[in-house]
Amino acid sequence: MKILVCISCVPDTTSKINFIENDTTFDTNGIQFVINPNDEFGLTRAMWIKEMDNSTVDTINVGLENTEPILKKTLAIGADKAIRINEKPTDGFRVAKLISDYISNNNYDLIIAGRESIDYNGTMVPGIISEILNINFITNCVGLEIDGNKITAKREIEGGTEILSCNLPAIIGGQKGLVEESDLKIPNMRGIMQARQKPLEIIETENDEIGTEIIKFYKPKEKEEIKMIDSENLDELVEIFNKNAKVI
Amino acid sequence: MSVLTYIESKDYKAKKNSFEVISYARALADQLSTDLVILCFNIKNINELSNYGPDKILNINNDELSQFNVQKYAEAISKASSKLSVSHIIIGGSTDCKYLAPSLSVKTNSTYISNVVSLPSSLTPFTLRRSTFSNKAFSDVIIKNEKIIIGICNNSFGLIEKKSSPEILNLEINIPESTINQESIELSSGSISIADADIVVSAGRGLKGPENWGMIEELAKILGAATACSKPVSDMGWRPHSEHVGQTGKPVATNLYIAIGISGAIQHLAGVSSSKVKVVINSDPDAPFFKAADYGIIGDAFDIVPKLNEKLKSFKAVNN
Ligand SMILES: Cc1cc2nc3c(=O)[nH]c(=O)nc-3n(C[C@H](O)[C@H](O)[C@H](O)COP(=O)(O)OP(=O)(O)OC[C@H]3O[C@@H](n4cnc5c(N)ncnc54)[C@H](O)[C@@H]3O)c2cc1C
Ligand SMILES: Nc1ncnc2c1ncn2[C@@H]1O[C@H](COP(=O)(O)O)[C@@H](O)[C@H]1O
Repeated sequence: MKILVCISCVPDTTSKINFIENDTTFDTNGIQFVINPNDEFGLTRAMWIKEMDNSTVDTINVGLENTEPILKKTLAIGADKAIRINEKPTDGFRVAKLISDYISNNNYDLIIAGRESIDYNGTMVPGIISEILNINFITNCVGLEIDGNKITAKREIEGGTEILSCNLPAIIGGQKGLVEESDLKIPNMRGIMQARQKPLEIIETENDEIGTEIIKFYKPKEKEEIKMIDSENLDELVEIFNKNAKVI
Repeated sequence: MSVLTYIESKDYKAKKNSFEVISYARALADQLSTDLVILCFNIKNINELSNYGPDKILNINNDELSQFNVQKYAEAISKASSKLSVSHIIIGGSTDCKYLAPSLSVKTNSTYISNVVSLPSSLTPFTLRRSTFSNKAFSDVIIKNEKIIIGICNNSFGLIEKKSSPEILNLEINIPESTINQESIELSSGSISIADADIVVSAGRGLKGPENWGMIEELAKILGAATACSKPVSDMGWRPHSEHVGQTGKPVATNLYIAIGISGAIQHLAGVSSSKVKVVINSDPDAPFFKAADYGIIGDAFDIVPKLNEKLKSFKAVNN
């Protein structure tokens, strides 16, 4: 089977988010970039499939040269080939279109993306790919089984889970649960050495009209001072629930 | 060109967050000087929808739509929107809406913008503000397309009541077969889901072990709240994964968020910061959560929570 894992490259979750150039640009100074957590679960899940049935696993990212260390990390974890589409990702539809073009030229059976990127939070790339390519799509996946041409996915829904099934080719949006955090694969020395020999393909894009433009960033308003309540005076809290929060 | 809002239903009733979605859509339609159409599936009593000002309501009664299916739902909404010549589609921020919106955007040639927190600040160019970097920032985005799908964040707009006498539409819409099959569904019984809740009671590693959650569940029950937890708590299996909130878990945007024995790590705060009122109970005065909350109590949860439960019960007994 041929598997493609979409990798979005995001600021580490502990990052403080700041902006420069009149709040038009994200300040990457001092920021450590990582594999988007939702994609990391998918990458490990793909490695497990590869270990079972000798599938090939490629990883793909739409990004500039600074994402290459992340793609090399995916190779060290065990991916066979990495693809970087050389363009700054600023629009979810455009990213999905570029990845779709690559997929339609390269015939993958299973595409694994994340439920959401933790920087842009578009929740749109895999869904748009599915519609452009007219393939099945299941997101919020917390479990995935493959049986021949059929996949069965456990999907987190509001207030529970559902089990969905469909045929390949398909694209899924993964999240924690697809594998457990303790199962996440990390590169070892041998993997890092092997990665040096593995291909990292770079694809140039053609200029095209992009449908959206981010013109300014804002940081949330500073929090007002907290009001402390004495632990011996819980009536005050009851009063706040009643008057301020209006919940009882 | 009208504004269409798709609202979700459950047990033949509009979901609670629908009224906020309609309020937003009404305000947008006013801004654009156009009509507002509500689209919904299988709702028994559509009267309560007219409290928020729709001009028209299209309620599709069809067994094919009794369960959420991404392909069927996206197709039905897309067909309705083309028959009604719609320019803007407004939807909520639920898991299901976020699942179907990308498909819908391709089907309708629209641009989809998720996590929107306000009305457009300008119509030309069409500019929306959305939440980004997992609630650590906002951005203003210009959309060049004339056709737009706006997904709004829960609790970011509020309710605006405006009684109307909507025209009830009738449209035949064919629902195609789906290639994705539902094999089974498992709903946790009785409890309120985090997405539906107005109040969330959340607890962390400070509670020491799963056996101590009785008082948390009791507090949630008294307040009619959903229960949630920090990531390590679900990682250790003290609580189900579905309760994990934060940057890598579920987002919380409720009226009241109560955090008990949770330190307030940046990843946790990112996911809960858009809640209106945040109350923290923690034994450590230096816990970072105190810097991000509205009300704080320093003390031992094992002492405070049971006392609080008793006080709330007596308050309710007297006042209800
Ligand atoms: C990539 C990544 C993603 C992450 N995503 C998330 C996420 O989405 N959500 C999330 O929650 N975390 C997330 N984390 C984990 C996060 O960094 C913290 O480790 C976690 O939030 C801490 O959980 P906690 O507050 O329950 O535990 P702790 O940090 O151990 O805090 C326990 C708190 O309880 C207090 N306490 C102890 N005893 C009592 C008592 N008797 N009464 C009252 N208070 C008491 C302590 O003072 C302390 O403040 C993520 C981490 C990483 C690396
Ligand atoms: N620039 C990108 N390159 C490759 N994959 C991406 C990129 N952006 C998003 N994705 C994939 O799409 C998923 C959802 O991202 P988003 O739509 O931005 O929330 C991510 O988890 C990734 O798997």
